[in-house]
Amino acid sequence: MQALTNRAEQVSRKPMSFMERLYLPAIFKGMLITFKHIFTRNPTIHYPEQKRTFSPVFRGLQILNRDEEGRENCTACGLCAVACPAEAITMEAAERLPGEEHLYREEKYAAKYEINMLRCIFCGLCEEACPKDAIYLSETFTPADYQRKQFVYNKEDLLIPNPTTDKEAYEKALGNRPRKQLVN
Amino acid sequence: MFLSIELATIIEKLALIVIVVMGSLVVAMYTTFAERKVAGWLQDRPGPNRAGPFGMFQPLADGLKLFFKEEIIPNFSSKALFVLGPALAMMTAIMTSAVIPWGDKVILFDREISLQIADINIGILYVFGVVSLGVYGIMIGAWASNNKYSLMGGLRAASQIISYELAMGISIIALLMFTGTLSLKEMVLQQQVGHWNIWYQPLGFLIFIICAFAECNRTPFDLAEAESELIGGYHTEYSSMKLGFYLFAEYINMFISSAVMASLYFGGYDVPFFNEAAHADMGNWLALIGLGAFLIKIVIFIFIFMWVRWTIPRFRYDQLMHLGWRILIPLALFNMLATGGAILYFGK
Repeated sequence: MQALTNRAEQVSRKPMSFMERLYLPAIFKGMLITFKHIFTRNPTIHYPEQKRTFSPVFRGLQILNRDEEGRENCTACGLCAVACPAEAITMEAAERLPGEEHLYREEKYAAKYEINMLRCIFCGLCEEACPKDAIYLSETFTPADYQRKQFVYNKEDLLIPNPTTDKEAYEKALGNRPRKQLVN
Repeated sequence: MFLSIELATIIEKLALIVIVVMGSLVVAMYTTFAERKVAGWLQDRPGPNRAGPFGMFQPLADGLKLFFKEEIIPNFSSKALFVLGPALAMMTAIMTSAVIPWGDKVILFDREISLQIADINIGILYVFGVVSLGVYGIMIGAWASNNKYSLMGGLRAASQIISYELAMGISIIALLMFTGTLSLKEMVLQQQVGHWNIWYQPLGFLIFIICAFAECNRTPFDLAEAESELIGGYHTEYSSMKLGFYLFAEYINMFISSAVMASLYFGGYDVPFFNEAAHADMGNWLALIGLGAFLIKIVIFIFIFMWVRWTIPRFRYDQLMHLGWRILIPLALFNMLATGGAILYFGK
C-alpha cells in the first residue's frame, strides 16, 4: 500500500537477542541515563523568589490611568464596555461638580467602574478602544481569592496610584508595556 | 536459675533497642524526604524545598498532616483486623533490626557494649522469618478492608513475597555454605579479616538484591499497590496515620534490607582499605568509624532502591511470576550448586 506520508516506520518484530532477554543491560543503561539527569541544570523557576520576566506585550490586570497631575483620565464614554467581547465591564457616569477639577480631567467621569475578572479574557480590546488613555492592561496577573464577588474589581481596586503623592508606585503600576500614542 | 540476667544488661539492651528503633524511625522519616528529593533530581526538578532550609522539615510536615487527617474505618470492614494490619506491618519492619550488627564493641561506663541488640546464632534465619511475617500485615489489612482492590493487592503481595522468598533463601544458602555461619555478626567478622562476600558471591548478591526489591514491594515490583490497576492496592481503604504506617513500614523495610545487604555482602561495619586490628588502640572511635561506614553503605543501598524506582517501570504480573519462578530460582539453584562445587574443589 502506498504510504500517505513518508514518516511511517516499520515496527521490528525480530525476536529479542540473548542480551536483550537478559534485561539487566537495558536496566543499567536506563539507570545511567537517569543518573546523568542528577547533574543537569533544572529549569525550575523558584516562583516567589524568582519571577519570570514577561514579554513586553503581556496582558495582565487592568488599571485605570491618571494623568501627570493625578486626575482620572476616564470619561465614562463606555467604548471599553462596548468593545469588551466578554461583557466584563460596567460603569456609571457622573458629572464633574465645581471644585472637583483636581480629581477628574474632563467634565464627565466614571462614578462606578467595575470589571468582572472572572469574565475578562484579557484580550486588551478595552485598551485599544479607549480614546482617553484611561485603561491599560498591566503586568500583574489575576490573584486568587476566596469568593466570587471579590473578583468584581471596582474603581478603588483598578485605579493606578496617584503620581503626585506616590510617584514610585505609579511608575511600578504603569510597567514597561509599550503604550499607544494619544491623539488629542 | 535460667534468667539470672544482671540489671545492667537489661538497661543496656533496652537503651540499645530504644536507640535502634528511634534511629530507624528517623532514618525512615528522612528516607521519605530523600525519596522525593532523589525523584526530583532524577527528573530535573528541585524536589521539596519549601519547609525549612532545603525542605528539611518536609517529613515533619507530612507526618503532622497524616496525624491530623480524618481517620476513616470502612463500615463493612472487620475493625480489629483493619487496625491490626498496619500495626503488624510496622512491627515486623522494626523487629528485623534486632539482629543487625550496627558496629563493633564500645566501652562505656566500664562495660563492653556490643552495638547489636541480639547476637543470636541464627541471625539470618530470624531476619527471614520476620520478613516473611511482614506480608501478614499487608494481607490482613487488605482482607479486612473488604474491598476488591485491596484484596487483589493483598493477594499479589502474598504470592509475590512467597515466590521471591524462595530465590532469596536459596541465594542465601550459597552464602551460608561459604561462610559456615548463620550469625550476622560472625559473617561481618569474617569479612573484616578476609574479603567482602560480594567478591565470592556476585550472582548470589544480584539475586538477593532483586528479591529484596520484591520483598520490600518497591518498584519495579510494586504490583501490590499498582495505582494504575488497583487504585491504591492493599491500602486503598486506609487513611490518616494507618496509611502512614503502611508507607512508613515500606521505608523501614528498605532501610533494614539495605542494612542486611550491607552486612551480608559488603562487610557490614568494615571500613574498606583499613585494617581494624592494627588500630585497636583507637577504642570507641573505631566502633564509631565502623558504624559510620555501615551507615554510608546503607545510604548507598537506599539510594539504589530509589534510583531504580525512578528509572524502571513496573513489571506486568505474569512477567513478575515468570522472573521469580523460571529465572531467579533456577539461577539461585545454579549459584548454590556452583558454590558447593567450588567449596568442594578448592576446599574453602
